[in-house]
This record gives sequence, C-alpha cells and structure tokens, in this order.
Amino acid sequence: MTHEIIISGFGGQGVLSMGKILAYSGLMEGKEVTWMPAYGPEQRGGTANVTVIVSDEPVSSPILSSYDVAIILNQPSLDKFEPKVKKGGILIYDGNGINVPPQRKDINVYRIDAMDTAAKLNMIKVFNMMILGGLMKVRPVVTIESVLKALRKTLPERHHHLIPMNEEAIRKGMEIIVKEN
Amino acid sequence: MTREEIIREENLVYKKPELLNDVPMHYCPGCSHGVVHKLISEVIAEMGMQEKSIGISPVGCAVFAYKYIDIDWEEAAHGRAPALATAVKRLLPDRLVFTYQGDGDLACIGTGETIHALNRGENITIIFINNAIYGMTGGQMAPTTLLGMKTVTCPYGRDPKLHGYPLKITEIAATLEGTCYVTRQSVQNVGAILKAKRAIRKAFEYSMQGKGSNLVEIVSTCNTNWKMTPEKANQWMEENMFPFYQLGDLKDNGNK
Amino acid sequence: MAEKEITLMKGNEAIAHAAIRCGCDGYFGYPITPQSEVLETLAEQKPWETTGMVVVQAESEVSSINMVYGGACTGKRVMTSSSSPGVSLMQEGISYLAGAELPALVVNVSRGGPGLGTIQPSQADYFQTVKGGGHGDYRLITLAPASVQEMADFVDLAFELAFRYRNPAMILSDGAIGQMMEKVVLPPFKPRRSEEQIASECPWATIGRKGGRKPNIITSLELRSEEMEIINLRIQAKYREIEKKEVRFEEYMTDDAEYLIVAFGSAARISKKVISIAREQGIKVGLLRPITLWPFPSAKIAELGSRMKGILTLEINAGQMVEDVRLAVECKVPVQYFGRLGGIIPEPEEVVEVLKKMVK
Repeated sequence: MTHEIIISGFGGQGVLSMGKILAYSGLMEGKEVTWMPAYGPEQRGGTANVTVIVSDEPVSSPILSSYDVAIILNQPSLDKFEPKVKKGGILIYDGNGINVPPQRKDINVYRIDAMDTAAKLNMIKVFNMMILGGLMKVRPVVTIESVLKALRKTLPERHHHLIPMNEEAIRKGMEIIVKEN
Repeated sequence: MTREEIIREENLVYKKPELLNDVPMHYCPGCSHGVVHKLISEVIAEMGMQEKSIGISPVGCAVFAYKYIDIDWEEAAHGRAPALATAVKRLLPDRLVFTYQGDGDLACIGTGETIHALNRGENITIIFINNAIYGMTGGQMAPTTLLGMKTVTCPYGRDPKLHGYPLKITEIAATLEGTCYVTRQSVQNVGAILKAKRAIRKAFEYSMQGKGSNLVEIVSTCNTNWKMTPEKANQWMEENMFPFYQLGDLKDNGNK
Repeated sequence: MAEKEITLMKGNEAIAHAAIRCGCDGYFGYPITPQSEVLETLAEQKPWETTGMVVVQAESEVSSINMVYGGACTGKRVMTSSSSPGVSLMQEGISYLAGAELPALVVNVSRGGPGLGTIQPSQADYFQTVKGGGHGDYRLITLAPASVQEMADFVDLAFELAFRYRNPAMILSDGAIGQMMEKVVLPPFKPRRSEEQIASECPWATIGRKGGRKPNIITSLELRSEEMEIINLRIQAKYREIEKKEVRFEEYMTDDAEYLIVAFGSAARISKKVISIAREQGIKVGLLRPITLWPFPSAKIAELGSRMKGILTLEINAGQMVEDVRLAVECKVPVQYFGRLGGIIPEPEEVVEVLKKMVK
C-alpha cells in the first residue's frame, strides 16, 4: 500500500512539521517514507507545502503531480491542489479562511474545522496534530501509537510533557472531521 | 695560504643557515627576498622547528620559496595562502605554519583571505613583502604603490583619481581583534635585518603559543622593476617608502 | 550501538553525519541555499569535541576550497559543500586540487542557473562537473546520489576513491535530494586516521619533514613545458585507469525493455515512477542510472542501446548528459532528451507523454 499525500497551507501553520511527524510515524512502522518540502525563503505567512509518501515498497519519485490525499489549510492551496487529487482520492480541508469550498464530486471531500476548535480549546500550538488526527480517521496511514512513538523520538526531552496534549489533539481531530459529499 | 688552510673551523666567521638550500636563487641581485628567506631559515632552526614547519608560498616572485627553505611547503593559488594556512594549522595545531606573500598576493587579490584569517585569530604568521610593485609579472601597479610612483600600468605615476590610494593593510590588521602581533620592518642594513629577525621570531613564537595571528610586513625593494641599482633602491625606499609605511610595532599583545 | 540506526533525515544532514562517521578530519564551507544544513548540522553536532573533526565557516567559497586545498596537502580527509553559484567560485581551487593531485571531497547540492538563478533543484551543473569547470585537462571523480541513503554512503566512497587515485571527488546532488527527508541507515563510526597512518599512507603529505626526510612540496606549478607534459600524461594515464575500474551504474527493468531511459540523481527517481506508469500502458521501458557521471558508463549504455528502439535522457537541465549518451551509442540508436529548466522538476506524467510519442 502506498499513500501519496500533499499537505499545503501558510508557513507557520506547522505544515512541514506535520509532514515530518507523519513520515516519522511511518518510519516507526518500518515503512518506506519520503518527505519532500517545497523549500524556499517563505517564512510565516507565505505558502508552504510538503509531499509525504508512506509506502510498503521503496519510493520511486519523491515529487508527484497527483495525490491520494490532499490536506489543505488555505484557499490558494485548495485552488492549486484540488485538481491534483486522484479520482476516488481524499481531500481534507480546514474551513477557516476558505471562501470557495471544494467542487469535485469524484473525490471524497472532508472538512475539519481544526483552527476554530483549537482556538476555542486553547490548543493552537497543536492545531496541526488535530488535522493529522482527522487524516488518521479517514485514511489510517499510520496508527496513533506510531505517532506517539515518533513524537517521543523527535521532540527534545524537555518538550515531552507536551505529548499528552498532542495525543488529545489527535483524538479531537478524529472526532471533528466530517464528510461533505 | 692554501684553500685547505682557509677552510678551517677557527677561520669560520659566517655560515649559510642549515635550512637554506644550496641552490641558485631566481631572485634578482639586490632583491630583499633572499635576506628574508635567510632570516626565516635561521629562526626555524633556532626554534628547533625544522621537522614541524609548513610554509605556504604565494603566487608572485616568491612562488618558488619552496625551493630555498628546507621544510615542507604548499604552493597556494594567487592570494589564497592564508586560507591554506588556516586549514593546516587547524588540522595540525602543533605545527609552525606561516605564509610568505607579496603585496599583490596579500593586499589585492587575497585581501579577503588575509583579513579574515587574521580576524579569526588563526595561530599563524603572515610574512608580507611590500615592495610596492608586481615583480613577477613585470612591474605593474600594486595596491601598495605610492602616489606618483611610476609602474608599467601607471606610467605617468599613480594618480589617486585614476588608481585610488596605496593600501596600508598592516594598519588595518592592527585594528583586528584576532591579531596578536603586527609589525612593520625592513632589511636594508644590518641593524634592520637584526630587528626583522627578532620580529619574525616573536611572531613565530606567539603563533606556537596560541596567542592569535601575526603579521610581519617587510618594506622591501624591487630594484629591477624600480629600475635602480640595489643601493639606489635602498636609498629610494628610505626616502619615499618609510615616510608612508612607517617602521615599528603597530601592535604587540603577546604579553597581555 | 550494534543494531542499525535507522533514522529520518534530509540529504544535507546525511552528508554531515556521514562525514563525522567516516573519519573526516575537516569541513570548510560557506552558507548557500539549498545546502546550508550541511554546515548547520556539523555546527550543531560539534564533532570537534568527539571525533576531533575541524569545522570552519569560511569567508567565501573561494576561501573554503583553498582551505580544502591546504588541508588536503596534509593528507587529511577534508571536504566542502556548496551549491551551484558557490561551486562556480570554487572552480579555480578544484583545478589546483586536480593539478596537485590532491584527494578531497566537494559536494554540490545544485540549483537552477545561470547566474544567481533559483534556489530550486537542477542538474544544470553536469557539464561544469564532468567537462572541466576549471581550467586545464583534468577530471573529477563524480558520484550522483539518488537518495538520502546514497548521500550518506557516497561520502566515504568518495573519500576512498579520492585517496586511491589522489584526485578530487565530487558528489553531484541537487536541491531535491538535499532537502528531502528519507529513511537512512547511517554508516558505522570509523576512527580518523592517526598521524602515523597518514604519514605511511600519504608519504607525500606536508606534515613537517619528520625524521629528517626530504621536504614534501605540493605545487601544480612546472614552468618547463617538457616536464609539464610528462605530468599531464601521467595524470591522463591515471584517468584511463579510473575509467576502466570505477564505472558505477544501476540497471532497472532493462531485461525486456524496448526503450531505455538514461537519468541520474533525482531524475532517475522520477524515471522509476515514469516506468511504472508507462509499463501499465504497455510500453516496455527500463532505466540505466549512471552512478558515476565521470567515469561515464558509456560501454554499458552502448551495450543496452544496441537492443533498444530508442533512448530518452531525462535531465533537470537543457540537455547535457544527452551528448554523452549519443557519443556512447555512436548515433546508432535514436536518442532524445526531455527535461525542465529553471528549478522545475519534471512530473512523471509529462515524461510518459514524451515516451508515448517516441513509441508511435
């Protein structure tokens, strides 16, 4: 099984780090993974995206033109990547800041209002983990155990007390994601 | 007296330094390079560093310095000797590492490497031969050419409007935090030669004591390209170079 | 650490970790996107406190390569890394390294040019790397990694080859491989060589003439033309030997192939995807991936080419390696090129379209 995923949004939303945790979780499960950022001088506020591939087989091209899953966190990203979701694939978007919602009928569209929920629950810091939870609900690319293992492995010791909050965010994300079509 | 009678220990008044190779030098008669080579050879031998010294030669007249002093040498690209010296000293901290560079190599094409190696406080010594002209390539204007001085690329004399001003890089070096000892010497007479030797020894010692980088400028002559006899060149240097490039220590932090 | 350490990291980080682990003595570099993580990772890892490896941030790429030259003279394993514009600045120094027959490693995580260009990935430095770049008749042993794992593995291999032949070696990568994170098994720690080892393995090294041996002098200068020709002929003989012994490549699905893609580095990764899509559509296509760009696998390409209906080179440049592929098959097989420029990476689907047209 191969999962070809694009995550795209504003710089500062944790796009790259979400992708990194996803890739690392795949690694924890012994899978082949690649994490390919669209790198550049973009800082907070600019656009950022990362292609993550998690697979049982060696990954060929780390750069793709169509995706099994698109995780979309702003309007420009939606405009750019909605057409690139494979037929029957998945598009997950956060409703915050989206004026023109997804239109395609040949893909599965999910909405997750993680930004609003995170703001209400004072969990902005782990907003991206909420999104990741949503993904794991609709496409279990990796297990929650692997994510927690990955967090323990990648977070510096002094931040380990934040892991329960991350777990809570993942579970919240799983609850609040809804299918739109 | 026969030749054999003359070659006796008790008649010995002067000896070629042991590290100075017994080969014909390519330097012009009257050139200052030979004297400075001799001083370096003597100092290395006196410090007992024959087996632990690495010299970096430049591009310019002294490109062949490696033929004359009996130690390991690396020949650098034009201007880059301080970069080589940086790596060698960092990789082999217990070695005596020095560069030997002319004004074009050090103060023109290699200004960046010179300033930054000195400013990083690399524990090296830079020997800087300043004769205000490009010797090897045939007498072109150098960064240190004096105003009004004629060279083949400023045949009507150096004009600040056309050519800018002579660069006092040694004064700049003295302002850098990384330098320990910065001095300007000359070798036109016995007194000057003895002083210059003491300066080189001090610089080498500081570099081995890890006190930072050291720059020894030797104001020199190039009688061939200055188109003068050696004697006249020395006189011209004293009258014209010394007022602008004043001799003496510019900085000595060695005992601080 | 007996078990294999599997970790996830960027290609640039892998270069840094591999350097520390393979007994590298010194790194000299200057920041430039997209390879700055090499120096950043080394600075963060502080190898000077563990293995004793020296790390210096130089004032320019010109200085970096000359520090490498100075360090290489001492017989130490020294390296630098940069990206295209910085590597252009290093060309003089690379020529000097080749001329003085010094072993050293230069890593180019290349980006789109010419000029300041873009910071996005590109393979447009192929010519610069394998056809010279600097002045004079010289060659660079060039390894082209296609994964983060190979970024890690090729550091030690490049040093081995550089020392075996006393010649600078280049790892020619690109921004995609440098910035991408992948699973990597880091090589085991290998100690830095002792001074005694260096003295015996590199009797030419300028480390001080211990024991009263004759001085070692490292220079590329020889004003007597007759002597300079002899030096050149000796170096050329060495190059012929490298061409005979050190060609490396990967073959992928060529057994039943009617068409062949020749691609290196990230373009080879894309090619594998192209092949899986094309084969689903009934096009029998395989891949030859040169791992050494110099020496180039010309003989292998000629052999494979003789049974192909056509060859496509996929390059992230305007068509550079295609010239060497055409030379290899002596124009007996049609050779076509496809690529994207300016930092754009070709998408697998557009390459499949090119293949389809070739087949028609």
